[in-house]
Amino acid sequence: MAAVTETLETVDALTGSKYKYGFETNIAMDEFPKGLDEDIVRLISAKKNEPEWMLAWRLKAYAMWRKMEEPDWARIKHPPIDYENLYYYAAPSGPAPKSLDEVDPDLLNMYEKLGIPLNERAALAGVAVDAVFDSVSVATTFRKTLAESGVIFCPISEAVREHPELVKKYLGSVVPVGDNFFAALNSAVFSDGSFVFIPKGVRCPMELSTYFRINARNTGQFERTLIIAEEGASVSYLEGCTAPMRDENQLHAAVVELVALDDAKIKYSTVQNWYPGDADGKGGIYNFVTKRGACRGSRSKISWTQVETGSAITWKYPSCILQGEGSVGEFYSVALTHNYQQADTGTKMIHIGKNTTSTIISKGISAGHSNNTYRGLVKIMPGASGARNFTQCDSLLIGNDCGAHTVPYIESRNPSAKVEHEATTSKIAEDQLFYCRSRGLSEEDAVGLIVNGFCKDVLKELPMEFAVEAQKLLAVSLEGSVG
Amino acid sequence: MLVIENLSARIEDKEILRGVDLVVPDGEIHAIMGPNGAGKSTLSYVLSGREGYEVTGGSVTYNGQDLLAMEPEERAAAGVFLAFQYPVELPGVGNANFIRTALNAVRRARGEAELDAVAFLKLARAAIKDLSMPDDMLKRNVNVGFSGGEKKRNEVLQMALLQPGLAILDETDSGLDIDALKIVADGVNALRSEKFSALVITHYQRLLDHIVPDRVHVLAAGRIVRSGGPELALELEAHGYAGLEAA
Repeated sequence: MAAVTETLETVDALTGSKYKYGFETNIAMDEFPKGLDEDIVRLISAKKNEPEWMLAWRLKAYAMWRKMEEPDWARIKHPPIDYENLYYYAAPSGPAPKSLDEVDPDLLNMYEKLGIPLNERAALAGVAVDAVFDSVSVATTFRKTLAESGVIFCPISEAVREHPELVKKYLGSVVPVGDNFFAALNSAVFSDGSFVFIPKGVRCPMELSTYFRINARNTGQFERTLIIAEEGASVSYLEGCTAPMRDENQLHAAVVELVALDDAKIKYSTVQNWYPGDADGKGGIYNFVTKRGACRGSRSKISWTQVETGSAITWKYPSCILQGEGSVGEFYSVALTHNYQQADTGTKMIHIGKNTTSTIISKGISAGHSNNTYRGLVKIMPGASGARNFTQCDSLLIGNDCGAHTVPYIESRNPSAKVEHEATTSKIAEDQLFYCRSRGLSEEDAVGLIVNGFCKDVLKELPMEFAVEAQKLLAVSLEGSVG
Repeated sequence: MLVIENLSARIEDKEILRGVDLVVPDGEIHAIMGPNGAGKSTLSYVLSGREGYEVTGGSVTYNGQDLLAMEPEERAAAGVFLAFQYPVELPGVGNANFIRTALNAVRRARGEAELDAVAFLKLARAAIKDLSMPDDMLKRNVNVGFSGGEKKRNEVLQMALLQPGLAILDETDSGLDIDALKIVADGVNALRSEKFSALVITHYQRLLDHIVPDRVHVLAAGRIVRSGGPELALELEAHGYAGLEAA
């Protein structure tokens, strides 16, 4: 426990939240009570030294959440979540391991297969001390370079204090506090997350990644991310890490909001590999995430790319509101489920402005006893003359006990709009496997190769270094799925 | 050396091979001919380890190793290569990536160093030139959108790069025009050496004009019913397979 507290403190010191006002920094994590009420919301807010307006915002969200019900339309099954039996702030997860010797060998084995360098493996496994010190110079170097070009990249808790005018203007403007059950919950209790602001005309000089944001590891289950690209600005943001973070928390409910003004471009890439539960479907993360981008400006563009291989349940629909004339929305997704994992994921493309275009490429891979659903909405509003959408939804089945489902909704209220939808479902054929094996590939390598081929159209959208790790991840995630 | 002794095999309840005896010494190319349904493709799949073919008796050794006890990929590592009658499409998988992955898997299994992308491309480009194949063969996805002839040539390209000790060509000549046939034959002939042997399965004599076999065997009703020199193929061409089963 001491190690956890120490890590949190070091992390907070690094990222600037210095507990200046000394609010109960000595409270051990496990003394935070379970359950959620107004006092917990106040406690979280106070712990982060938030201004009054932020607290009011949280309390409003909390009041709305109390009146809402968990959505039940997704094709997922799980025992009821007892919201009174959860921790809502930096839930305790036991003492952090002090060295790699204390880390689960299976986990290390997987890191090795993913080709992650040894010191990074330690960091990912949550080995406290070295990880933090390794990252100090990295974190500060990046922030300096970014600051020189006017880019703000910081924890959202810091942004609330340092850039209140920006946060007030944009937070909740894309995903309102009462948008849905999980978004309301997140708005009430979000622990931390990233804030990115790219000023007018600036092309962000580097890929931004939570990977380098060391405190991201400890932000717990309720991250909140807000990215704003002003006129003509562009940014590529990478989220998550390609290695599994063993997380004891059962519920993960994040909210991500993107705002693109005229001619701005935001590319948001995710590789999600949270703990999927064991081979019998025990444990694993329930991942209920709301991600939405608003293309407010003309010719703005928001592109979501996701590779989802982890979590026991994935409930996630990164969406684009195409408001600006000629704005562009893209969604490239690979969702892989194995064992007893369940994924219900897709996107919403809301065409409001004239000549808006959207592209959806979704690749679902199901193995074991898993269920994988693509759920998507393409909505053309009356004013969206000349709107175009192209959707391609492909499902690949491995074995006989899994399921693939495609649920596309198309609503067009403008006769000039053009909407295309293509869908395929296929199985990895025995002759494909045999062909590969007769050339010397092991069965697992053959599956990896075939699956990566299936996902190629999506993987090529990922930044290079991410794509390589994502390819390995797909192969590793499918181990034991054949034979 | 490939030694097949009294090999029997079936698919589900259907007995296909009924006691095949065959020896292919290193350095030799043997042709297997026979009517449809004789078990020619079954023999090639049993030798390369395809699932669904149950060996009910007999043995197969290659260079002293018990082939039947090995997984398909282990057989590949041991030097066995099957050129498919119907090469399989792998959407999204680049041909160069596929062949390099296979080559490196085989090299790893043999204790040889893996080839990096640059070294591999150099090798592959040279092979493509030797086989008079179009340059884009490496860039395209494995067999996707390939014509019948291109698919067969792709098999030969893989064979040239994987350098097997024993190649089994399962009706590689079917559906080929005369130019493609020559390319395929040149590919096999280029591999001829004291350490290389091949089983060429074919319906027709014409391939054997280009790949001259050391021995010709006739497979009928699951058995080798006749064996002879290259002249046997000419005889079959003239008189057909009728009456062979009784022989």
